[in-house]
Amino acid sequence: MIESTANKLLGKSENTTVYVCVLYYFIMAIFVPGFFTIHNSWNLLFNLLPLLIVAIGQTYVMLGAGIDLSVTSIVAMTSIIGGYCLSDITAFIEPVWLRIVFSLGAMLLTGALIGLINGVSVAKLGMPAFMVTLTTMMLFSGTAIWLTRSQNSYMLPESFVNMPYTSLWFIPLPLLIGLVVVGIAYFLLNNTLYGEWLPSVGMNSKTAAISGVKVQSTTIWSYIICGCCAAVASILYTARLETGSPVMGQHILLDVIGSVVIGGTSLFGGVGKIQWTVIGAVFIIMLDNSLNLMGMSYFLIMIIKGLVILLAAMMNLLKEGKY
Amino acid sequence: MLLQLKNIKKSFGKVEVLKGITFSLDEGMILGLIGENGAGKSTMMNLLGGIFPPTAGEMFLNGETYLPNSPIAAQSKGVAFIHQELNLFPNLSIAENLFINQFPKKRFFGVSRIDKKTINVKAKELLGQVGLTMDPNKKVEELSPAPRQLVEIAKALGANPKIIIFDEPTTSLSHHEAKKLFELIKKLKAQGIAMIYISHNLDDVLKLVDSVAILRDGELVRMDEKKSFDIQTMVKEMVGREMLEFFPGRMKKIGKKVLEVENLTAKGFIKDVTFHIKKQEVVGFYGLVGAGRSEMVRVLYGLDRFDSGSIVWKGELIDKTNPVLSIQRGIAFLTEDRIEEGLLTRMNIQKNAQLAALGHFTKGLLHRINRFEAKEKVKEKVYATKTKYENLTEQLVSTLSGGNQQKIVLAKWLLTDPELLILDEPTKGIDIGAKREIYGLINNLVENGSSVLMISSELEELMGLCDRIIVMSKGKITASFDKSQFERNTILEVALHKQTAIL
Repeated sequence: MIESTANKLLGKSENTTVYVCVLYYFIMAIFVPGFFTIHNSWNLLFNLLPLLIVAIGQTYVMLGAGIDLSVTSIVAMTSIIGGYCLSDITAFIEPVWLRIVFSLGAMLLTGALIGLINGVSVAKLGMPAFMVTLTTMMLFSGTAIWLTRSQNSYMLPESFVNMPYTSLWFIPLPLLIGLVVVGIAYFLLNNTLYGEWLPSVGMNSKTAAISGVKVQSTTIWSYIICGCCAAVASILYTARLETGSPVMGQHILLDVIGSVVIGGTSLFGGVGKIQWTVIGAVFIIMLDNSLNLMGMSYFLIMIIKGLVILLAAMMNLLKEGKY
Repeated sequence: MLLQLKNIKKSFGKVEVLKGITFSLDEGMILGLIGENGAGKSTMMNLLGGIFPPTAGEMFLNGETYLPNSPIAAQSKGVAFIHQELNLFPNLSIAENLFINQFPKKRFFGVSRIDKKTINVKAKELLGQVGLTMDPNKKVEELSPAPRQLVEIAKALGANPKIIIFDEPTTSLSHHEAKKLFELIKKLKAQGIAMIYISHNLDDVLKLVDSVAILRDGELVRMDEKKSFDIQTMVKEMVGREMLEFFPGRMKKIGKKVLEVENLTAKGFIKDVTFHIKKQEVVGFYGLVGAGRSEMVRVLYGLDRFDSGSIVWKGELIDKTNPVLSIQRGIAFLTEDRIEEGLLTRMNIQKNAQLAALGHFTKGLLHRINRFEAKEKVKEKVYATKTKYENLTEQLVSTLSGGNQQKIVLAKWLLTDPELLILDEPTKGIDIGAKREIYGLINNLVENGSSVLMISSELEELMGLCDRIIVMSKGKITASFDKSQFERNTILEVALHKQTAIL
């Protein structure tokens, strides 16, 4: 019964990832001291949320057969914009919530704008996504550091930095934000015209164009969505670290792409689901956390994560019958 | 006897493409191989060229069993293949192209490297044999089609072939260049090389060959010496059987003009194309591959641009056209390349069938999709097309047979309720049963008020379905026939025979 519900929810072939995930969780819970504790569970959840949100944006781009390597720079760029808007400079704006709304709006707008630049370069100018976003990653990472002279902004309003510990209807705000993003992303992909168009563009843009799909704008929007997701993640990171930092999120790129790939979204576009990426992100976070608890060094963890993602990419190809 | 084929059969899946071919070829003999598109010529040549093995039957070369497992194996046995699309690397030099399969090497302190001196000398020699006096170091991309063809032949000669197969070698050559090629072919013949010459240009075939072999529907219907053929008998044998009863009739009530095209020109593809289509009329376009028919409909549909001319749709001049607008206007376009341009192969049947008509099933600002309605409508159309499938939403479209895939693409376009359906080779590579069903669907559509523009390389199909047939050649319309004037030999002659006259 549970299995058939899971089948319905997740489709068929991707069940393996769920099983591996659950199995891994139990093994770690039994053998790694400190893994199965309330403190660590919260830790897992709060590490998961921002990563998951960025990965969901990435899923959209990869569904359209693109890739967005610039997500880390979007996190950084929006973080310093947010930090700037929330700092003393805007202290004259009253009340505080208006300041926060204004700042968060500015962050989202920045994310969307960088996404727009990526999208237009890929869709209208026909440049390879990998090249475009690798370049914008350098461009905006550099800009973030240059603008702030590598200074963090502290002095953020109390009510903003308290956000991670605030609850609404007994649900912690970050979790609520995460659920809303997952919900919207799921709805958009499963119930709307855009959700039909995007995978068709990713799978075969010629067929899509001939069938009346607006290929260019579909692609551009996927990058805008990705930029907005990175901005939302940046809000969570910025609030939790209580700083607007120009190097925010600089190490998450592998985890982001890893989440999408482990989830099973096709490397060639056209096939992928939000719920897959959720599982992928959960797995990456568990892996990272458990290896940490085992006392492994950062570099060793990098090696293991890299191998796991490579293996996932290989499984991905296997599923598409490429071997 | 140099080459001998005994009862060669070849099937792809369930479709039998060659149904037992037996013939032989002597040294220094030129055999002309003719047949309609899809008759099995390419399949037969691919068997000889080592692209794939036969399903049944035997081949002998010089009395020994001949069963090449790759083009290189075929070449080393002495069978060379000059493809219709030339297989040269434009970014490499002539000499490099000539020796791409096997570079002469020399050793320098035990390290083997390419022997450039030998290559240059040998390349000049080979080029001399085909009458080219060019620097072998010149890049192939700098050459025009005719010398490229000669380079290809020189490359083939480099392997000391006993048999050379030419597939439509003159399509990209001018009259004068073709003449020079024929001289070369005669010279090779004098050297004892046997040749198989495949062409749609029947005049050329008659001029050049010793014997003619005619393929039809995978069978060798006649092979005889040249003197027993003229153009008319060749055409008759190529087309063969009576098939008109194969096409269901249709109530005729042709209305007023829906589409008027005037002097449509897209530089390099089509020139001054003028025609019209009336309501409930089926207009067929016939011509050789490369005559500009596909290019013309791509322009009409808005996939490619045009330079001058006008398109009037239902009395309104169209100045801007793209697929989105075309679908809104009620124009649908089933493309020739089913896999690359018609299907989303890794998606299920439902998603493929609903793609073009998605707008009908959405509502609200967010364009929410009514899945239930979409599924019902798709089910209805897929049922109407008699597609054989197991599950609409679970089964990938790639698991269907070619004919059923085509029906899904057709269902996709029928779901948009088209007023004009453009079909580019709608029955290419699908079996007879599926063909007949597609003809039925076209007739149904027309009886319900739509018009159809149909491109096909099967003349019988056009004659059976169309109210009018327009013949194109080299990007221009060269003739138009009303139903009362349909006579297959006349139409074929305009398309094939007069080809050279138009030049």
